[in-house]
Amino acid sequence: MAGEVTEGGASAPSSPLKPYALETCGISKSFGEVHANRNIDLQISTGSIHGIIGENGAGKSTLMNILYGLYQADRGEILINGEVAKITNSAAAIKHGIGMVHQHFMLVDLFTVLENVMLGAEEDFALTKSVASTRALISRMDKDYGLTVDPDTKIADLPVGLQQRVEIIKAMRGGQRILILDEPTGVLTPQETEGLFAILRALRDEGATIMLITHKLQEIMALTDQVSVMRQGEMVAHRATAVTSREELAELMVGRKVLLQVAKPDVVMGAPVLKAENLRYVDDNGVERIKGLNFDVRAGEILSVAGVSGNGQTELLDVLAGILPPSGGSMTIDGTKITAEAPVGPAGMRDLGVSHVPEDRHRRGLVLPFDGLENSILGFQDGPAAGEGFAMDKGAIAARAQRHVEEFDVRPPTAGLRAAQYSGGNQQKLVLAREIDAAPKLLLIGQPTRGVDIGAIEFIYERLMEMKAQGCAILMVSVELEEALSLSDRILVMSNGEQTGMVNREDADEKSLGLMMAGIEEGAA
Amino acid sequence: MSDFLFQLLLTFDATLRVAAPLILCGMAGIFSERSGVIDIGLEGKMLAGAFAAAAAAVMTGSPWLGLFAAIGVSVCLSLLHGFACITHRGNQVISGLAINILASALTVTIGIALFKRGGNTPSLEQDMRFRPIEWPLAETLESVPLLGPIYSGVISGHNLLVYVALLAVPLSAWLLFRTSFGLRIRAVGESPEAVDSAGISVYVLRYKAVILAGILCGIAGAYLSIAHGGGFGREMSAGKGYIALAAVIFGKWRPVPTLMACLLFGFLDAATARLQGVELPIIGEAPTELMLALPYILTVVLLAGFIGKATPPKNIGEPYPKGK
Repeated sequence: MAGEVTEGGASAPSSPLKPYALETCGISKSFGEVHANRNIDLQISTGSIHGIIGENGAGKSTLMNILYGLYQADRGEILINGEVAKITNSAAAIKHGIGMVHQHFMLVDLFTVLENVMLGAEEDFALTKSVASTRALISRMDKDYGLTVDPDTKIADLPVGLQQRVEIIKAMRGGQRILILDEPTGVLTPQETEGLFAILRALRDEGATIMLITHKLQEIMALTDQVSVMRQGEMVAHRATAVTSREELAELMVGRKVLLQVAKPDVVMGAPVLKAENLRYVDDNGVERIKGLNFDVRAGEILSVAGVSGNGQTELLDVLAGILPPSGGSMTIDGTKITAEAPVGPAGMRDLGVSHVPEDRHRRGLVLPFDGLENSILGFQDGPAAGEGFAMDKGAIAARAQRHVEEFDVRPPTAGLRAAQYSGGNQQKLVLAREIDAAPKLLLIGQPTRGVDIGAIEFIYERLMEMKAQGCAILMVSVELEEALSLSDRILVMSNGEQTGMVNREDADEKSLGLMMAGIEEGAA
Repeated sequence: MSDFLFQLLLTFDATLRVAAPLILCGMAGIFSERSGVIDIGLEGKMLAGAFAAAAAAVMTGSPWLGLFAAIGVSVCLSLLHGFACITHRGNQVISGLAINILASALTVTIGIALFKRGGNTPSLEQDMRFRPIEWPLAETLESVPLLGPIYSGVISGHNLLVYVALLAVPLSAWLLFRTSFGLRIRAVGESPEAVDSAGISVYVLRYKAVILAGILCGIAGAYLSIAHGGGFGREMSAGKGYIALAAVIFGKWRPVPTLMACLLFGFLDAATARLQGVELPIIGEAPTELMLALPYILTVVLLAGFIGKATPPKNIGEPYPKGK
């Protein structure tokens, strides 16, 4: 069956009338209240590399999972080589000639490369024929596309780049001619990335159709023929890569929104509370996520970290909050120097006067099944906030939580609900109230208004300005460019883990920031 | 032949008889757990199988119908387990425990209703049971030094189901490591996502594995009541299912090491039976209670990590899909 698809793809005449390899018409998908995909129309030409770019949460992965049959679209159609295809599960997608390389590899670590490639495509019960044909397939992939990998090595013993090759071989073993890659370079080193691109180009030149999902602009520019931009579940633009630019794409991804006007208090800035020197972080896979940042945040100053999400900002927050240890360089907080040799954990950071409002409040900021009272002492459970002695002082906790609720205008005005029952804005207020109550010298805040309604946004901005007026140093990470422009005194721009710019608010505009976000260093343009 | 050697051979002979149900349950546990489904219900399935086998044998007079009844009942319990924790993503340990409690109570209740003997079945006639099979020339060869007694005393003379248990081991190893079925079973316990994305149904695979486990537990049950024993007695499985589960972990979810673990447990059991009342050097007369407890103590000690780290299948106990 896979053979038919292969023939259909390869023997199609190369006239301008040939059908698209893959087409979607009005695909929509909701998860509860969230519209992950809205009316997606997409056309992918046969034998091209087509990039889909968008920020995290823009709906790219949902769309790919629909194409591969892991999710069912609520509405809309998928056409393959011009014919409507019903893709109800991954087996159907495979039959229609679609192969997928997932962001998280779908490999059995304890199996050899051979066993992984064979799994699901076995030809005989006793496996003798299957083993022979799989061996032949792996060596053919090696010869034709440079997909070199030893068939008898265990997956667990392979570096990530080679594991990915196994995924590609798996995705194409049945003669699939449409290959979807979801954020394929996230875990790769630059050299491995180059190797992958060479393989993908070779595949395209052989007539395969490749969809590349990414949030990295440089990859789109380096590899693709066509690019489609997604934002908040919608397809906002289609471009030929040759006629677009990184800046245009960055702007399309982030979108332009109305600036909220915030009255900034006049504050005389004090001494630096946080000073980062050549700060580096290398993750468990050996990928350098933060590549030597140098900056400081002064008392009474708001420093924004801007960038397309996934360029090291999340890791920066975690390092500063003590959740991840730095791998090199140092950060000095209120005179205490923290290095890779002497890291300080989150509790220690809190003792140094650092408060942290995490980017992901559902996972890091709150315990959703706990009520507001219990959440109000998270991280402070050993301190006076929970009362004296071993048992929690319920009365003191309730009084403190009630104060939070009143001061931060939480609705409904009670701390007695489970955290999951509050709206996003009120959850954020609860977290903010808890962290600000500690009277921090340095406030780290990630995505202050993600998933927060307009009313609460204004409230949160006002509170941040109050903190600033009181001389708190604030480091904010936000993917909303207008938020950075509204609130901050200075803006640090990160791209691919590097510091590509540090500008004063007065000198910043969306265009110059967009260039820096695209990885073009300050002043180079 | 020396008396010691004679005793040793008798012990080996008993070892096989004691180990047979452990081996069958152990192989059952391997298939189920390799597919990612914890199988604490080995005990219950074996007990229910034992009752069904004896009841059917009494009523029909045929051991074969008894065997089929045992397999049928045990597979039904497996399907119940699958329905609870594969289809409905329930907790696998709780479901297994429920099966054990259910089997323990139902066998007695139905037994009283059918036979009115306090939960036991009537004793079986010889032709309702699987009888020992004498191998060709067993008697003739008995006089050959050493090999003769081993052949006629240890290898020959067991009932059919002992040989089935012994054959189940290489068969399981072959199925698990040499066939596409085994490849998929092993894969689904390690990484169900990989199996799913390859276009294979995780559910169907796991159901196949638990059904296979049900068949093997059924045979083990039949062994207890209509091959080794001559009728069903309440709670006659007496924790053998749990010991088999321990053997699976001890054998690191591999058939041959699991066989070895089962034989070791069987040997201890057989040895304690022989050592009761025997004068031993240093400790004097072997205390009966201690000897009886020895296999269980050994289980705890071995599981506490004496034999290195046992890494279970990565996704064991996890319903699929996760989250949701």
